[in-house]
Amino acid sequence: MINRLLYIFLLLLSFFLYSCGEKGDSSGALVSADQISYNFHVRPILSDNCFACHGPDANKREAGLRLDTEEGAYAALKETPNAHAIVPGNPSKSEVVKRLESTDDSERMPPPSSNLKLSDEEKEVIKKWISKGAKYEPHWAFVPPKKADLPKTQHNDWVKNEIDYFISQKLTQIGLAPNEPAEKLHLLKRLSFDLTGLPPSLEVIKAFKQDKEEGALERVIDTLLEDPAFGERMAVLWMDISRYSDSYGYQDDNIRTQWPYRDWVIHSFNRNLPYDEFITWQLAGDLLPDPSKEQILATAFNRNHKYTEEGGVIEEEYRVEYNVDKTNTFTKAILGMTVECAQCHDHKYDPISQKNYFQFYAFFNNTPEKGYEGDVSVSKPAKTPIMWIERDDLGDVLSFVNHQDTSKIMVSVMEDFRDTLRQTFILDRGMYDAPTVEVSPSTPEAILAFDEGKYPKNRLGLAKWTMSPENPLTARVFVNLMWQELFGVGIVKSAGDYGMQGDLPTHPELLDWLAVDFMESGWDVKRLIKKIVSSATYQQSAKVTKQKLAKDPDNTYLSWSPRIRLSAEHIRDMVLASSGLLVREIGGPSVKPYQPEGLWEASTSGRGELAIYRQDKGDNLYRRGLYTFIKLTSPPPKPIIFDGSNRDLCEVTRGRTNTPLQALAMLNDPLVLEASRVLAVQLKENHGGQTHEALEEAFTRIICRTPKKEEFELLEEFYKEELERFKAEPKEMLSTLQVGEIPLEDNMKTPETAALMQVVVAIYNLEEAITRT
Amino acid sequence: MEKERLEGGLNENRRKFLSKLSLGIGSVALGSLLIPDLFKGKSTLDTDRLMANIPHFAPKAKRVIYLFQNGAPSQLESFDYKPMLNKRLGEELPESIRMGQRLTGMTSGQSSFPLVGSYHGFKQYGQSDAWVSDLFPYTAKIVDDICIVKSMHTEAINHDPALTFFQTGAQVGNRPSMGAWLSYGLGSENNNLPSFCVLLSRGKGNGQGVYSKLWTNGFLDSVHQGVQFSSGEDPVLYLNDPDGMDKSDRRRMLDKLAELNQMSYQAFGDPEINTKIQQYEMAFRMQTAVPEVTDLSKEPDSIVKLYGPECLVPGTYAANCLLARKLSENGVRFVQLYHQGWDQHGNLPNEMAMQAKDTDQASAALITDLKQRGLLDETLVIWGGEFGRTNYCQGRFSEDNYGRDHHPRAFSMWMAGGGVKPGTVYGETDEFGYNIVKDPVHVHDFHATMLHLLGIDHERLTFRHQGRRYRLTDVAGHVVNDLLV
Repeated sequence: MINRLLYIFLLLLSFFLYSCGEKGDSSGALVSADQISYNFHVRPILSDNCFACHGPDANKREAGLRLDTEEGAYAALKETPNAHAIVPGNPSKSEVVKRLESTDDSERMPPPSSNLKLSDEEKEVIKKWISKGAKYEPHWAFVPPKKADLPKTQHNDWVKNEIDYFISQKLTQIGLAPNEPAEKLHLLKRLSFDLTGLPPSLEVIKAFKQDKEEGALERVIDTLLEDPAFGERMAVLWMDISRYSDSYGYQDDNIRTQWPYRDWVIHSFNRNLPYDEFITWQLAGDLLPDPSKEQILATAFNRNHKYTEEGGVIEEEYRVEYNVDKTNTFTKAILGMTVECAQCHDHKYDPISQKNYFQFYAFFNNTPEKGYEGDVSVSKPAKTPIMWIERDDLGDVLSFVNHQDTSKIMVSVMEDFRDTLRQTFILDRGMYDAPTVEVSPSTPEAILAFDEGKYPKNRLGLAKWTMSPENPLTARVFVNLMWQELFGVGIVKSAGDYGMQGDLPTHPELLDWLAVDFMESGWDVKRLIKKIVSSATYQQSAKVTKQKLAKDPDNTYLSWSPRIRLSAEHIRDMVLASSGLLVREIGGPSVKPYQPEGLWEASTSGRGELAIYRQDKGDNLYRRGLYTFIKLTSPPPKPIIFDGSNRDLCEVTRGRTNTPLQALAMLNDPLVLEASRVLAVQLKENHGGQTHEALEEAFTRIICRTPKKEEFELLEEFYKEELERFKAEPKEMLSTLQVGEIPLEDNMKTPETAALMQVVVAIYNLEEAITRT
Repeated sequence: MEKERLEGGLNENRRKFLSKLSLGIGSVALGSLLIPDLFKGKSTLDTDRLMANIPHFAPKAKRVIYLFQNGAPSQLESFDYKPMLNKRLGEELPESIRMGQRLTGMTSGQSSFPLVGSYHGFKQYGQSDAWVSDLFPYTAKIVDDICIVKSMHTEAINHDPALTFFQTGAQVGNRPSMGAWLSYGLGSENNNLPSFCVLLSRGKGNGQGVYSKLWTNGFLDSVHQGVQFSSGEDPVLYLNDPDGMDKSDRRRMLDKLAELNQMSYQAFGDPEINTKIQQYEMAFRMQTAVPEVTDLSKEPDSIVKLYGPECLVPGTYAANCLLARKLSENGVRFVQLYHQGWDQHGNLPNEMAMQAKDTDQASAALITDLKQRGLLDETLVIWGGEFGRTNYCQGRFSEDNYGRDHHPRAFSMWMAGGGVKPGTVYGETDEFGYNIVKDPVHVHDFHATMLHLLGIDHERLTFRHQGRRYRLTDVAGHVVNDLLV
């Protein structure tokens, strides 16, 4: 308990010392300060520079010295027993300091061959820490979170809920103030995209503008959370995490049927299935007592990885590969631990041994799954073990599966051997053909020991261990993912790595507060999201000044609301929804919308059902981005251009780049052009020849606010120019309008429609159109 | 010309604000739009690269063209001459040679492993006296310009992991491709073209498909992703303006967009908005630059003759070789070709001949062409597949028709230019062509050597991701000094 208090005390103190995620800069400010935190200042330096050779990996440990534990660092050196790596309180007697400062290449640490080097500030931090007693602390992420008291705030008029106290405190410490609340319509757009991935409709915009009653904002939040589009929006993240695809990957890359799992994810978010059940079903729904087909379907989570259909593969090599993928996905997405290093050797930075790795692996190793079920010529849309979805299920327990015909569907799910147990061995260097010591299912003690009295030694036990309130990681990892979805960056930036090399939380107490609150609420996902979006932090304006940028260029402390480029799927959704093209059907088999010609054909082996891209017709061209068919070897190009995951492996964070290829994709994608034309026709129908009203509606639909006067003037000027052009060049007018499959009435083939269409294209290409403001 | 048009299209307002823009951001940022700005922020990406201090030593090569022969061409019918296999035709592969090494599931069930020699003859060429099979007469003529490595070996035995290993340094996972590493490490030489371009073609033999993850940026910034060029109307996705719009119409729209975006910048102050404006300008320049470079119709007859008439048929290997030269000449850092169809499990003598016919002339032409332009010295050209093929027959066996299974333990590839020792043959396999007996070169060694030629220490080109510093060479790799000039 005292340790715990001390730890919090040190954390608190460290807040104002710790300036940002980059270690290089943070330590500069530290040297002058009195307090050094092992977790926040020292360990990052030691971990990055020393632990690879003097850390947890016993096989690679040099000179028998280990610096990641107190015992190891204080002990007499093996090679020179009268010396010690670290002598608490005495830097000059500490061998570590001598070695760090040595000018002799043969003595200096880290050795020149490692290409690592400590800065002078970093050396000072180490010395200071040693002189203060060289106190070690348990890794922050492995200590269960506790709710701290809310800090005091100097922004009493600004704070709205608990979150804001933590944010406000840090802002004050670094001398920044939060922004004023965002303009109403900016906030509406922000909420609408963050919660549903769709822009607010004209009606919603109008109603919200007029709603001056108290609680208007809360009503909007509640409505959005109840919109079925909420589940679709959340599913985009979960599809990346569960590496969902519609094909098997590897070279022949034939079609598979996992989409009922995707429908389940949407359904679960929409009905607000508590996160503990959401995870338990996915990990071990099949092992629950008398499991329903829904609970079994959830286990498809473990089966979404790639499957080879290449003739002549060695079955066991791939069976191992699949299990490794299951293990890595579980640990990264749900525990926030990057453990794959330990497949081949003890982890170099984290207390995860190779044995620990294969103990995790053992949980997934007891299925009748095969490494290879024949080549592409005998391919089926699911692989053993399989669950059949029958017609009766659709009217009953699986009513959320959007299946329109009478055929049965097969889905790859989990199942364990009943009477036998497949043995698991540590694989030397991770090689399938090099088993060494047998292990049984268990979990690393450093995180939380696996209580065999409490939990069965199977996936259900693993799920219970994962969702246990003592587990220090699970809740933190999920609330951080939600934070990342709503602010663009997590409180822990490395959302899939909470280990020694991961980023430290920018607001550790806030993270812990949210994690505990989330557990106390019964893992209520919608409540968590509502809490975050109801904060003043979330609702502040996105305006940023030069002063703020200079002080906090990455907006680590959230003194303004980050402007975030929409994700690839939601860019598509925005275009479809604002033009009225969107077909709002939930779930079902993935669809094949417009795609530049020849992409599948250029890369295919020629075998399998997916050698040729057969574009859909009709409604299927206008479904949400979530439903676009993912062929792993040639994923849909536009999402990739906009930083979407290629779904090869579990991903928890997407990049956000700004590239010329994105500009081309917005300017020339036939879907954007068709949507612009369809919207132009709509505007003509709504407003006749009243250009002003037409332009205003177009802008409002796409940008979700009314244009300012000078914006309006520019749009009108452009409209007039285009009108003149099309009047003079009827041929250009016709070819401009001829795009997409939605038919165009003859009476709409006018220069006015074409000119309006061009203005709409321009509005779609505004930076603000694809940015949540 | 293009600049004039750009300038001409700018109205007064716009010009003012663009000049403000460049003052604010600095000329460096405007000079390198395709690569992340070195001096902008302090993201891990930038600091890692700055710390890496590239180049680590004087580079020999500035650019790479990689002619990937996808499917694994047989070394025994190309560069690794093994007359013993013809002498002992049909005899069982001795266990003393095979040493129980693993086989693929396609032949592990075979009751016998009959040795089979090349149906096609071999001769020696050039001053290096290199053996080249009769299937590659054009390559035979340039042997004194290339370095043949007969002792390549890899770890994977199936296509997908083997290809992925060659391209990313790891068999599985979503690691950055070597082209992405170079784009990250060296940036672009041409602001109007991507620094990493990918060209695909298909042969007549048994094909194995390629996958976009082979040219992925992995955990690097997505600007380093390989840009796939297509032989269709749009050489780069979404490049062409729609029908009914010409360049000046586009210019007008972009000017309006820039002004509107600038207003948004005034309102929000978000620097990303200015970046967006620049990216639209870059896109506009690409719309001119890419069609210019991909237009092969203006090549003189002598060039068409050199590469062969197929080079005028878009999407063929010959056309891609010529396009590769043009892209490279224009400063594209890494041009990656894939040619499918080299997976001869059966019908090898016939299919291999067709594959060679499709590729031999253009591969050699590329070397000759680069040489005559004085570019070979600074351009590294690589030819090879993902592994080799077995010395024993897969399936039904006859002297003139046979197949070969995958063989990762020994295979051949060649390199030319960019500081590679020309006219050399490196490494040796045993008389059976099964095991390497001299100077083995692992895929990691190949990567280390390639990076070395580009002035990069493979151990120092790193990127920190999820807590670990990654390298193209993982934790291995040695520069093969004997291959260097």
